[in-house]
Amino acid sequence: MTATAETHTMRSPLVRTLRDIGVITKRNVLRNVRLPQLLLFATIQPVMFLLLFNYVFGGSIGQSPQLAQFGGYINWLIPGIIMQSAVFGSSQTAIGLTEDLQAGVIDRFRSLPMARSAVLAGRTISDLLRNAFVSGLMLTVGALIGFRYQTSFAQLVLGFLLAMGFGFSFSWVMASVGLAVKDTETAQVAGFIPLFPLVFASSVFVSVESLPSWLRVFADHQPITVLANAIRGLFLGEAALPAGTTVSGTVLAALGWTLGILLVFFPLSVRLYRRAAG
Amino acid sequence: MTDKIVDVDNVVRTFGEVRALDGVSLSFEPGIIYGLLGPNGAGKTTLIRVLATLLKPTSGSASVAGIDVVSDPDAVRTRIGLAGQFAAVDAYQTGRENVEMVGRLYNLSKAEAKRRTEEVLERIDLVDAADRQVKTYSGGMRRRLDLAASMVGRPEVLFLDEPTTGIDPRSRLDIWSLIEELVEAGTTILLTTQYLDEADQLAARIGVIDRGQMIAEGTADELKDMVGGSVVQLTVQEPDRATVADLLRSVSGDEPSIDQPTGRMSIPASSADTLLAVARKLEEASITPDDIGMRKPTLDDVFLSITGHAAESEEATPKRPARSRR
Repeated sequence: MTATAETHTMRSPLVRTLRDIGVITKRNVLRNVRLPQLLLFATIQPVMFLLLFNYVFGGSIGQSPQLAQFGGYINWLIPGIIMQSAVFGSSQTAIGLTEDLQAGVIDRFRSLPMARSAVLAGRTISDLLRNAFVSGLMLTVGALIGFRYQTSFAQLVLGFLLAMGFGFSFSWVMASVGLAVKDTETAQVAGFIPLFPLVFASSVFVSVESLPSWLRVFADHQPITVLANAIRGLFLGEAALPAGTTVSGTVLAALGWTLGILLVFFPLSVRLYRRAAG
Repeated sequence: MTDKIVDVDNVVRTFGEVRALDGVSLSFEPGIIYGLLGPNGAGKTTLIRVLATLLKPTSGSASVAGIDVVSDPDAVRTRIGLAGQFAAVDAYQTGRENVEMVGRLYNLSKAEAKRRTEEVLERIDLVDAADRQVKTYSGGMRRRLDLAASMVGRPEVLFLDEPTTGIDPRSRLDIWSLIEELVEAGTTILLTTQYLDEADQLAARIGVIDRGQMIAEGTADELKDMVGGSVVQLTVQEPDRATVADLLRSVSGDEPSIDQPTGRMSIPASSADTLLAVARKLEEASITPDDIGMRKPTLDDVFLSITGHAAESEEATPKRPARSRR
């Protein structure tokens, strides 16, 4: 009965934690890969947004001299749309967690001698991987319909990583939402609804100068605008940023938001996880 | 320290106003199946969750394998396996992947997890289906796979929460024999059930729980004695009732109990002889009953005799706060 000592491997806690995170990440990735509709819907929606915005709105909003000067609306749109898909994609974290809670999977995990952080980290990391796939696809589709970056390849990569980093950080917000509401239907609404004003009242699709002044105050200072601007600056250069701001300054502010959100919501969701069923 | 593998002492657990566990104590020795019997909402699942370190007791203490569940939950987790009420297996992984994953999370090496997975898959007879995704499995197969996952880490104590609720009779028997094999191999099992026959079949000792309190404890036989064992039950046409009541009285030497709306009458039956005696008397009196038979005591009878209310009556089953647990 007590073969425990020999059969359980002796490893340092850090190695065990990483191993547990790896096991959970693999589980979630398998689900994404094997449930085709999951990946299909995850990619169709943002590609649809990209095409609709470019061909439907691009004709009118894209004609404003401020947006057109970067070689067409598509160049303005791509940095924003990558940001949008990273943020929308992170709402999957809430849905995935509530599904596991309701299926009793979290109970099973919590009864195992595994790292306490692995379930959440495995979830947010697998969502990050899916986000990277979807955003990579957006860049590819964007390139096919005319997107060209105006800076260097290194800056393109940096901008992409910045979007992924924020998506990851935002996944922890969504993890907290999922663990707080606990059921999938509520998580779907609670996770998604607040994203709309954040994404649309921002510089993702349009220049904030076109917004009414009261809305502009909000738009100028909320993280999605800061991130969209930072990515846009990296892809298109300083000319694409509001007057008086620099690429490096905006990137730093974007990093600040990313880290700040992570610092608040990582511990919060770990605490909610401990309590989730306890 | 005690030699009790599970030791629960006066555990209270409240959810807001609801006292899901209201001072439960129980303990038993290793190597047996302990059956926790009670209706929905009695507190069975809550007690399992406390023992499996998912829930902290509001007050009182509990230990598994001599380890306190509150002060050292991590050590408890290496010794236990849990199969909850819902098969917590992944539909989009294969059976083998599911079990292997849990093995890895039990901190088994990759090779050991693989070896153990083959062992348990063989034991639950799922080797042939092991490489199919679980979404193609039947409910009974999922239940067995879930059990396999809970066994992969060689737990000393296995907690099974209603292992046969909602599955077909054939799978039920499969799971019963699996549970029996496990105990023969040295595992201790605490299972919950709503079915007296299940507890009777499997458990060496049974605790009856209702409204968060243990209301009776003992072997299946002791519980049945408490209820009064089997009964002979019969229904006759209205005009014959008085005659038949006299006749039953002469057999049992006591007043027969009569169920009011249906007119169904019953007397205690020590053996099948009681049934034969009643049948003979009916024949002599030329009365043909609408229905006659022996009935073994059910959970309802246990409840009725101990608590005075039926197991499934409305007031006895406050909606379990379980799914919204916090």
